Amino acid sequence: MSDALSHDNVLEEAARWQAEGRKVALATVIETWGSAPRPVGSQLAIRDDATFIGSVSGGCIEGDVVTRALDTLETGKPEVLEYGVTDAMAWEVGLACGGRIRVMVEPVTG
Amino acid sequence: MDANILQQLVRDRAEKRAVALATRLTDGIQKLVYPSDTQEEKWLIEAASQVLASDRGAIVEGPGGEWFLNPFNPPLRLILVGAVHIAQPLSQMGRIAGYDVTVVDPRTSFASPERFPEMRLLTSWPDEAMAALAPDARTAIVTLTHDPKLDDPALQAALRSPAFYIGALGSKKTHASRVARLSDAGFSQDEIARIHGPVGLAIGARSPAEIAISIMAEITETLRK
Repeated sequence: MSDALSHDNVLEEAARWQAEGRKVALATVIETWGSAPRPVGSQLAIRDDATFIGSVSGGCIEGDVVTRALDTLETGKPEVLEYGVTDAMAWEVGLACGGRIRVMVEPVTG
Repeated sequence: MDANILQQLVRDRAEKRAVALATRLTDGIQKLVYPSDTQEEKWLIEAASQVLASDRGAIVEGPGGEWFLNPFNPPLRLILVGAVHIAQPLSQMGRIAGYDVTVVDPRTSFASPERFPEMRLLTSWPDEAMAALAPDARTAIVTLTHDPKLDDPALQAALRSPAFYIGALGSKKTHASRVARLSDAGFSQDEIARIHGPVGLAIGARSPAEIAISIMAEITETLRK
């Protein structure tokens, strides 16, 4: 059943982009500590033009995750990223909620 | 992720097959794990079954380091008995919340595609519909007709199922007579207590959409708390 209304179609969108010949990367929350905004398993699909769908946080780190995920399209290798609470360095990418999360970014290959 | 794995995962989801994606974090090696696969390594089957049962991804220690197991369960299901006004916003909200929604009503003037565009409608009698749908522990059932002829057979089937949420629309008075009928039909007080009635959280809801919000909120509370 095609569920246009459902907000949980990240993988379907990734597969669709890939079938259209676009390069696609995925980001997945693999571990959380404290009050992380999105649970383990939450995903983001990123297209080569930086269009993305889904979420791995409440919007705090998506910008950086998208950049790092696009990097994996060049290297072809998955990476595990870690984000923590924002400290005094206000320009650092981090989570305002005080949680910590690990995110895996990977290219869709083949 | 290999494109073949992505495509298989999308197929599994479309065909409502439970599967876990296992990824070795040291090098990104991945495989899909099906709990019923007898050929698969035992530790992987156990880890996959565990994350599927809890519906929560986890990192486990496996050969060659840490593995992340991400469960992909078939969608939660929501069965609405009664294609009444409240079912219109409730079916849409259920779908937005990620549920696979079915609306059951043998009255075809109610269960019409005009009233429920792009929604799965079953126009068989509720007892037949419930037998066909076979609700499991990832199913929520809400009766909305106010008519015992339609609601009661659905509730009886619901009580005999492991559905995680059963709700019945109706006032305290309506619910009291419903409880009496189910008791006469042989259900114990404990069994009948599974029914949320009056249905929904007490948020002062008045319009059909507001009542749908209160029901969806109660379903969510029951699922997550």
